[in-house]
Amino acid sequence: MTAVPQPTASVDSTRRAGFAGRALTYFLLVVAAFFFLIPIYLVFATALKTPDSIVLATAWHWPAQLNWASFGEAWDKVGGNMLNSLFLAVTATILSALLGSLNGYALSKWRFRGANTLFALMLFGMFIPYQAILIPLFQFIKALGLYGSIWGLILAHVVYGIPITTLIFRNFYADVPDALVEAATIDGAGFWEIYARVIFPISIPGFVVVIIWQFTQVWNEFLFAATLTNTGSQPVTYALSQLAGGQAVSWNLPMAGAILAALPTLLVYIVLGRYFVRGLLAGSVKG
Amino acid sequence: MKSLSKDRLWAIAVLTPSIILIGIFVYYFIGRTIYVSLTDWGNDPAQALALNPIIRWVGLQNYSELFSGFLQGRFRQELVNTLFFTVFFIVGCLGVGLGLALILDRNPKGEGLWRTIFLFPMSLSFIVTGTIWRWMLQPQGGVNQAPTLFGGQPSTFAWLSSNDSVLKFDWNNLPLITAAVVGAVLIVVAVRAAREGQRTRTLVAAACAALLILWAVFIGPRVKLLAAPELHGFNFAMIGIIIAAVWQMSGYTMALYLAGLRGIPEELREAAKVDGARDAQMYRFVIFPLLSPITLSAMIILGHISLKIFDLVYAMAGPDNIAASVPALNMYLTSFRQNQFALGAAIGTILLILVAFVIVPYLANQFKTEEGHS
Repeated sequence: MTAVPQPTASVDSTRRAGFAGRALTYFLLVVAAFFFLIPIYLVFATALKTPDSIVLATAWHWPAQLNWASFGEAWDKVGGNMLNSLFLAVTATILSALLGSLNGYALSKWRFRGANTLFALMLFGMFIPYQAILIPLFQFIKALGLYGSIWGLILAHVVYGIPITTLIFRNFYADVPDALVEAATIDGAGFWEIYARVIFPISIPGFVVVIIWQFTQVWNEFLFAATLTNTGSQPVTYALSQLAGGQAVSWNLPMAGAILAALPTLLVYIVLGRYFVRGLLAGSVKG
Repeated sequence: MKSLSKDRLWAIAVLTPSIILIGIFVYYFIGRTIYVSLTDWGNDPAQALALNPIIRWVGLQNYSELFSGFLQGRFRQELVNTLFFTVFFIVGCLGVGLGLALILDRNPKGEGLWRTIFLFPMSLSFIVTGTIWRWMLQPQGGVNQAPTLFGGQPSTFAWLSSNDSVLKFDWNNLPLITAAVVGAVLIVVAVRAAREGQRTRTLVAAACAALLILWAVFIGPRVKLLAAPELHGFNFAMIGIIIAAVWQMSGYTMALYLAGLRGIPEELREAAKVDGARDAQMYRFVIFPLLSPITLSAMIILGHISLKIFDLVYAMAGPDNIAASVPALNMYLTSFRQNQFALGAAIGTILLILVAFVIVPYLANQFKTEEGHS
């Protein structure tokens, strides 16, 4: 008889431990969420204040009167640059995605001697600090007559995007059974027919991952933007850095500008987060 | 196979444009940068932007200027900044990321939402992050004001402009410190190799360590890089930048670790439990060892990001903040603001060498295992 209550007691204690464990889990989650979200609260609270109500004592207070005009003013300063960024990111992304898809197909389905070494040499290009190529790049773009034009920036982004897009597509196509390609070869299809009829139609998820990744990278990039453009073609990251860089800034403007500049990539992330994470993980080479 | 050869040629033809572009934009440009770094282009302002500048070969003079020149103390402090930044940034990202992944691995309710919250900073530009945190860390900004929310006194810490630093050392001791660190690593390698019975490796490592120690004892103390002692250390002005960088990038390590945790088969955990392992033991002996390859690749990826970091520092500290600066930023300013192209190219080359130390073994290793499999 005495043996009977024992198991219930131990189940009870593990359940209690389980409850404490779960409570701790949620407590830690909330603390971590605060760390990640508090900057966002402050950004909005500051952006929605009028310049003269941004004072020390009330930095944390939600504004009594919402000043939506900050966003209009910020748009006046960075709106044109946002459009530059949009054109730049869309064009560069499409071009490097197409190149990456063809490269990945050629490397994974038509393996030739030295293909791996070639690929490794390509990949090195995605890890280099761009400071190590910046001066010749600047001279080269200038010699082409593209300095200050958005096309110079597009060229740079397409070329330095080749490694990562090739990597993602190569890993993506590696999962496509070789039997599919062999069957098409037996039917007499060649390199291009196989790409058009077998490979390209199943590439949509690969394209989604690559396009999201490249779009985010190009939109967020700063070093090339600061080096290769002039006033007419500067993308939004550069404009934002100028907006916030002055000595006597009224902080509602850069905060509103930061929200505007973050919006496109943030939306892409929230809507297509799953694919974003896949691109993220692919960046550590082993896909 | 014969009929395939035409298709294989097509494959090579398709790759050719990319190969040429990468060849020019990566390898030729790197060569060109190294060449420029060995000249005096821009050291004379009059020649910097001349149409046909007179460029002379000066050998390693720019490098010795950077490491021992009177005017280049800023660069040396930046190198030290980058080193400390890299260590704290990697430790911070690994710690926070692993913690978050372990919590999410317990399958809390709304897991997707939590993950979205922890990962969203990854989608932001370093410039956006930098702008936000620059505001929060202003002397009159949010963070210093936070204690008042709980009835405390506002803090007066000068997050981005503090001149305080700790762990200071004299730059003249750098060769000695380097020799000591490398020697210690070699001794560890030698001891390990001896235990595993690899005689050649033991001997080579031990001999190199002995040579280094001999050098450090007899010649090292007499080497002077600078005429006067020059102190460098961990600048407090970097703390805020490290926090912002961890805020942005720890979601990445979380995603890596979470993918790793999800890849551990349930049977393994069950088996450990059947063997009577408590939770802590299971993590210690089953899960953490399985995660260690992820830790290594995360360290490499984060390490090369932190060596290259530029935009975040530019946006947070501004270009002229000497206390909080990094070589990548200095390179940009030296080359494109002061037009000292040769000196800038030398900084770029040093960055490349640092990154190559991290990345080349990693890539080589990745492809060795891949070819082993296929």
